[in-house]
Amino acid sequence: MTYILKPRLHHPTLPKNKLGFTRRDYEGKVSTLCAGCGHDSISAALIEAMWELAIEPHRVAKLSGIGCSSKTPDYFLGNSHGFNTVHGRMPSVLTGANLANRDLIYLGVSGDGDSASIGIGQFAHVMRRGVNMTYILENNGVYGLTKGQFSATADRGSKAKKGAVNQDSAIDTVSLALIMGATYVARSFSGDKKQLTPLIKAAIAHEGAAFIDVISPCVAFNNHPGSTKSYDYVREHNEAVNRLDFWPSREAITVDYSEGGVIEVPQHDGSIVRLRKLDSDYDPTDRINAITHIAQASAKGEVLTGLLYVAPDAEDLHAHLNTYEMAFNKLEEKDLCPGAGMLEKINAGLR
Amino acid sequence: MKRIEAVNDFVVKFANVNGSGSASANELFAKSFLRMGIPVSPRNIFPSNIQGLPTWYEVRVTESGYLGRRGGCDLMVAMNPQTWAQDVKEIDPGGYLFYDNTKPLPQSKFRDDIHVIGMPLTEIANANYADARERQLFKNIIYVGALAGMMGIEPEVIAELVGEQYKGKEKLLKPNLNAFHMGLNWAKEHLKDALGLKVRRADSVGDKIFIEGNAAAALGCVYGGATVCAWYPITPSSSLAEAFQRYCSKLRVDPVTGKNKFAIVQAEDELASIGIVTGAGWNGARAFTATSGPGISLMTEFIGLAYFAEIPVTLIDVQRGGPSTGMPTRTQQSDILACAYASHGDTKHVLLFPEDPHECFEFAATCLDLADRLQTPVFLMTDLDIGMNQRLCSPLVWDDERRYDRGKVMSAEMLEEGKEFGRYLDVDGDGIPYRTYPGTHPTKGAYFTRGTSKNPYAIYSEAGADYVYNMQRLLEKHETAKTLVPKPQLIPAKQPARFGAIFYGSTSPAMHEALDALAWQGIFVNALRVRAFPFQDEINDFVHSHTKVFVIEQNRDAQLKTLLVNEAGINPASLISILHYDGTPITARFITKEIAEIVSALNIRPIKRDKAA
Ligand SMILES: Cc1ncc(C[n+]2csc(CCOP(=O)(O)OP(=O)(O)O)c2C)c(N)n1
Ligand code: SF4
Ligand SMILES: [Mg+2]
Repeated sequence: MTYILKPRLHHPTLPKNKLGFTRRDYEGKVSTLCAGCGHDSISAALIEAMWELAIEPHRVAKLSGIGCSSKTPDYFLGNSHGFNTVHGRMPSVLTGANLANRDLIYLGVSGDGDSASIGIGQFAHVMRRGVNMTYILENNGVYGLTKGQFSATADRGSKAKKGAVNQDSAIDTVSLALIMGATYVARSFSGDKKQLTPLIKAAIAHEGAAFIDVISPCVAFNNHPGSTKSYDYVREHNEAVNRLDFWPSREAITVDYSEGGVIEVPQHDGSIVRLRKLDSDYDPTDRINAITHIAQASAKGEVLTGLLYVAPDAEDLHAHLNTYEMAFNKLEEKDLCPGAGMLEKINAGLR
Repeated sequence: MKRIEAVNDFVVKFANVNGSGSASANELFAKSFLRMGIPVSPRNIFPSNIQGLPTWYEVRVTESGYLGRRGGCDLMVAMNPQTWAQDVKEIDPGGYLFYDNTKPLPQSKFRDDIHVIGMPLTEIANANYADARERQLFKNIIYVGALAGMMGIEPEVIAELVGEQYKGKEKLLKPNLNAFHMGLNWAKEHLKDALGLKVRRADSVGDKIFIEGNAAAALGCVYGGATVCAWYPITPSSSLAEAFQRYCSKLRVDPVTGKNKFAIVQAEDELASIGIVTGAGWNGARAFTATSGPGISLMTEFIGLAYFAEIPVTLIDVQRGGPSTGMPTRTQQSDILACAYASHGDTKHVLLFPEDPHECFEFAATCLDLADRLQTPVFLMTDLDIGMNQRLCSPLVWDDERRYDRGKVMSAEMLEEGKEFGRYLDVDGDGIPYRTYPGTHPTKGAYFTRGTSKNPYAIYSEAGADYVYNMQRLLEKHETAKTLVPKPQLIPAKQPARFGAIFYGSTSPAMHEALDALAWQGIFVNALRVRAFPFQDEINDFVHSHTKVFVIEQNRDAQLKTLLVNEAGINPASLISILHYDGTPITARFITKEIAEIVSALNIRPIKRDKAA
């Protein structure tokens, strides 16, 4: 890993969003990742998405596990609280944080080692529970931070830098998320900002468990011939199911697509996800179809990208638990403590 | 033959089959004493399965209010053929065996030094009820009636209790009362003077309440303001989370919206439970988890993170005997070291040791305050004996003036005023830094939380000096904790004493009784009940002012003693361990015997030294 100090990017015009923030206001510390690391491109897409959505940076809570990928939340949204938790256990910490204050936007950042190996249990359960979050898995097929061991998402037959061939079958995280009950599931490529940015925006607007698997080449340990997570391999095998436009609110929609090729998915907050279908029989609201489609593409050696599934009627954990509207961390004695009088009654019932 | 005769002071043990509906009948029996003003101390002894295996319920009737396990058995109510031989063997000589004599048993099945009381329970039940389930259930009530008749329990008291239990379910009330009277009348007619154990109304209960420690701790979490509970089922802690759920659905639902001011997650494992609690604590909600030893083992990685990242977390450890199944449904105090030093790196944690449900309630709320004040994991160390048995204790108390101590939280206003914010900066000299909740201010007070590699401003740093600063500050914080945790309680002997005794947690009732018994033998011992770790100076002073100090514990390895030596700098030569760890609750008899033997050995002056002098 290199620690070359990189200059801050200067945006020539520094355009402002609705809140008057420039992209700069969504940046964080200077990245210490290797130059060319896919993870940095994902951070850039996150900054772009947050800026375009005009989200107040401090209203986002960033949670991650451990790994190069999990270090990235330090490199964007410097005015947000972040939490580098323990390896593979970000989902539970995010769940607790979300329960404590439902008013913030929760962003989970993880790696393939973090989510598919040590943390596969928590990954599965956080999807089941429908925690309202955007979960980004920066998938490079290796353990970057511990220097290049295979991860559980490495394809069978793919080659490590030192020549070892992976014999274990790969875990497909998008299929797993779908089976586990995630209500927004997408896959993209760190090198495709045009596709990734609207996917992130729509994921943030989604009120439920939103998961994006982003293939993110590791230039240090997994960008050589024989790797199926390299820049070249993914560019050659990328098969997008749709192109996505995201409209923050209903009013903003201008219909200029040919009817047959477009599908609109309204979100809770009134925003609209608009998909241009590349593949004519692809319906992203059909979960079973999504699972089949992913499996078929995988059999052909294609990496299916785009919005794979979205449930328009998604519910989140707070709805399941019927929790109070006010953030728990704002509740006080008067809201929480039943008082001495009630305790007297309870005592009386115990005699 | 000897015949045990006792009034208001005896032990009755019920041997039942798990799942046979005996639990509520036995509880009815125990409670009837309380209503007659006589303290009782019941204990469940149960296997780790649901149906079919043996279970015992031991009731100590004790007008003197000794609530520890006494040991021995004066009357065995033997309702389980499977454990017959073992149960018969356990009765003290001169004691009583009550059994169902519907089917005659050969003489060889009995002992000739005990009194046998037979009653055709099955025959009576079958004659009166057609349904198999009813026969089983009412058989239990019938034997309670018979015992009441023989002992002299006032029938009005039972009627009152049954009335309360089936309030609004009149259909059930009558048949239960009928069954009770059936037993009562049969005993009065056929078993006159069969039993030498008698009950006489007394006035030793006062305003005390009867509650399980797990329920009391759960209620303490409700009163203490916990909003998030994450847990994974494990005996003996499950009933704590379940009680929290029960109390919350009564006490924490907003009457206007019908929405819950609490969130309970039954997580996929203890890793997730502690993760959820850590996330909630980080984000400013009061959160707790309840578990037992194996759960603590799984949680240790997170406990370390919470310690170093300084996140409030409350953990309730209802201790049991080790891994797997079997002993886990037995009590122990064997997680002391595991919790005190839980996790990797240099860590030490705050522990509270409640003695009974009253303190479970009080300390649970205290733990939530301490966790916020100290920004660290805090452990409530209870155990199965306190947690899963109903225990007579002082009423729960709450002062409406009491405010939650949310600790040092920097608000948007404080940041706006320009107050310096360094997440890991010691500004007050107590080792406790300020924290901000996520989302507090648009441009000030945000920080990135991580384990150890950081400077006082939460900026990534691998510099040795930054690490040392932080570790020293954490020690400072540990010192501060000493001033905040509950102080030890001194139980002075009635005469000047050379010996001291240190004890904690559920050992309390047995210890109090042992102190009385020892004093009666002329052995005077000052006792100190340790209520928390880190240890205050009072504990040191106590040890220094005695020749020898006994440390009474319910574990094999003298865990509290180790902690006293390690952390309070106490000379191990001045401590003598008294250890009980067979899975049954420690008894006064055991403590008394051990201490008396050691004291008499110490009091014999070695001859050699006499000669040399
Ligand atoms: C309990 C535990 N075990 C092992 C490690 C060491 N470790 C740190 S990062 C990592 C793998 C990270 O891989 P991935 O999540 O794919 O992230 P990447 O670096 O590839 O982005 C491992 C094994 C750890 N931090 N904690
Ligand atoms: S993931 Fe690979 S390329 Fe990226 S920082 Fe880590 S080692 Fe470097
Ligand atoms: Mg990886």
